[in-house]
Amino acid sequence: MGHPVHLIIDGQPHDLTVDPRTTLLDALRDHLGNMSPKKGCDHGQCGACTVLVDGRRLNSCLLLAVSLDGAEVLTSDGLAPDGEPSVLHTAFLEQDAFQCGYCTPGQICSATGVLREAADGHPSVVTEDHGHDHPIELTEDEIRERMSGNLCRCGAYVNIVAAVRQAAGASTASEGTAR
Amino acid sequence: MRPFDYVRADDPAGAVAAMAERPDAAYLAGGTNLVDHLKLGITAPDLLVDLGRLDLADIEELPDGGLRVGAMVRNSDLAADPRVRRDHPMLSRALLSGASGQLRNAATTGGNLLQRTRCVYFQDPTTPCNKRAPGSGCSALGGYTRYHAILGASDACIATHPSDMAVALAALDATVVVLGDDGEKRLPLTALHRLPGDEPERDTVLEHGDLITAVELPPPDGAARTRSTYRKIRDRASYAFALVSVAAVLELDPDAARPTILSARIALGGVAHAPWRARRAEQLLAGAPATRESFRRAAAAELERARPVAGNEFKVTMAQGAMGSVLAELAGLGEENEDSPDE
Ligand SMILES: Cc1cc2nc3c(=O)[nH]c(=O)nc-3n(C[C@H](O)[C@H](O)[C@H](O)COP(=O)(O)OP(=O)(O)OC[C@H]3O[C@@H](n4cnc5c(N)ncnc54)[C@H](O)[C@@H]3O)c2cc1C
Ligand code: SF4
Ligand code: FES
Ligand code: FES
Repeated sequence: MGHPVHLIIDGQPHDLTVDPRTTLLDALRDHLGNMSPKKGCDHGQCGACTVLVDGRRLNSCLLLAVSLDGAEVLTSDGLAPDGEPSVLHTAFLEQDAFQCGYCTPGQICSATGVLREAADGHPSVVTEDHGHDHPIELTEDEIRERMSGNLCRCGAYVNIVAAVRQAAGASTASEGTAR
Repeated sequence: MRPFDYVRADDPAGAVAAMAERPDAAYLAGGTNLVDHLKLGITAPDLLVDLGRLDLADIEELPDGGLRVGAMVRNSDLAADPRVRRDHPMLSRALLSGASGQLRNAATTGGNLLQRTRCVYFQDPTTPCNKRAPGSGCSALGGYTRYHAILGASDACIATHPSDMAVALAALDATVVVLGDDGEKRLPLTALHRLPGDEPERDTVLEHGDLITAVELPPPDGAARTRSTYRKIRDRASYAFALVSVAAVLELDPDAARPTILSARIALGGVAHAPWRARRAEQLLAGAPATRESFRRAAAAELERARPVAGNEFKVTMAQGAMGSVLAELAGLGEENEDSPDE
């Protein structure tokens, strides 16, 4: 029954033996004690379990751990190595972008993906100039659309949008590509 | 969840061979539909054949100028591909109006086509459902029908196919490439999904073990580049399935004295068990003047065959209105003014 899986999680290599039914979310929380990603719905609907796998944001509740042999997984914890908050963590704190905080690690991982996707010129359905391949400015509309896979039951959306905007401004400025 | 074995396929032929020996096996692609169904108990395979490492994740240019999209190309990568955005913006828009950023990063071209209906009763193993348990009855009839079919349904099942991408591909005349036990076959995308009839358990014409290896897009034409779009009407502005959607490509005659339609290719989503290619409307539009009246008449003719059930009658008007207004917009007729019809 057990299948060997090698995963690099938040920078640390792990060798696990998993039942093929185990999701990445359950492997992280139940096998490795990494409580950063949260289980909201367990059906791909809420985004609380969002992590980065090889740099892409994904719902860890819909991924089978066995299929990810060799992957690098980053949780919100791993985005703050040695407790040093990322641009997004800081922005969430400064903008008061949470209440209970349950959805926050998923929001942070998702927003990390959003910043990269926009910098890479990936359009969203609200992007006006759809055909042109250039970094996308993260307006409020863009952020709302791109973050729609992350629900917040406390309804902190207004401040979440402000936090992502702050982080987007900070990251474009630091890359010298402000537009 | 029933225990299952797991194998990782190294090449397409190996994947097909692994399935051939096991009647209860299933392919695993992005997993965003299948893993959900394993948890819900809708399906219980005894073996998963993982397609994740197959060399099918590229988008290649074909000699005729078309594109060959590997079955494992992720929805987000297909939507962001510069050639797709330039030549088939309607496809990119359809992809981007489906699901969420995270889900599109996982969802694949093959898996998206073969995702199953979102009918709430299908997803709830405690209720009768002919698609999930043939012969048990259809709980949607007389139940919650907002997301159900108005065209081509049967007494056995009124489910809709939920994909946005498939609707755009239907209007684009895409081709599906399939590898089976008996070699490769090619079929038009519009021939992949079935209407329910008295076998609603069969979503498509594929047989057990058939592997979608690619979807091919025809060479772009000027109309697909400039006069095409995808419009999705839903209960929330984002992250919701379509009530009704319209994919359309409109080709106008550049030589005609008055704006005249050369051809239209139209597909509707959210209304049937398959992406619904609006052939009747297309026939009426070919050669007709590009006026609001033509579009209205064509949309009405297409929806004449609609058979809504209690609770989804509104979708007939919605589909008709959406189709007419999308076509008018593509013809450059601008916003409709109810008070001053143009004819
Ligand atoms: C919350 C939520 C919201 C969503 N909203 C939308 C939406 O608005 N619009 C929309 O279009 N979709 C939506 N989706 C559905 C999503 O698009 C599909 O789940 C996804 O496209 C399926 O692709 P996959 O690669 O993950 O497939 P999988 O889950 O891996 O597979 C799906 C099915 O296809 C089979 N399969 C996969 N690949 C192949 C192949 N190459 N050959 C043969 N068989 C294959 C599998 O065996 C399985 O039966 C939503 C999903 C969720 C969870
Ligand atoms: S509409 Fe189809 S899928 Fe839904 S309950 Fe009826 S038979 Fe099942
Ligand atoms: S727990 Fe994964 S999306 Fe809700
Ligand atoms: S802060 Fe409570 S769910 Fe988002």
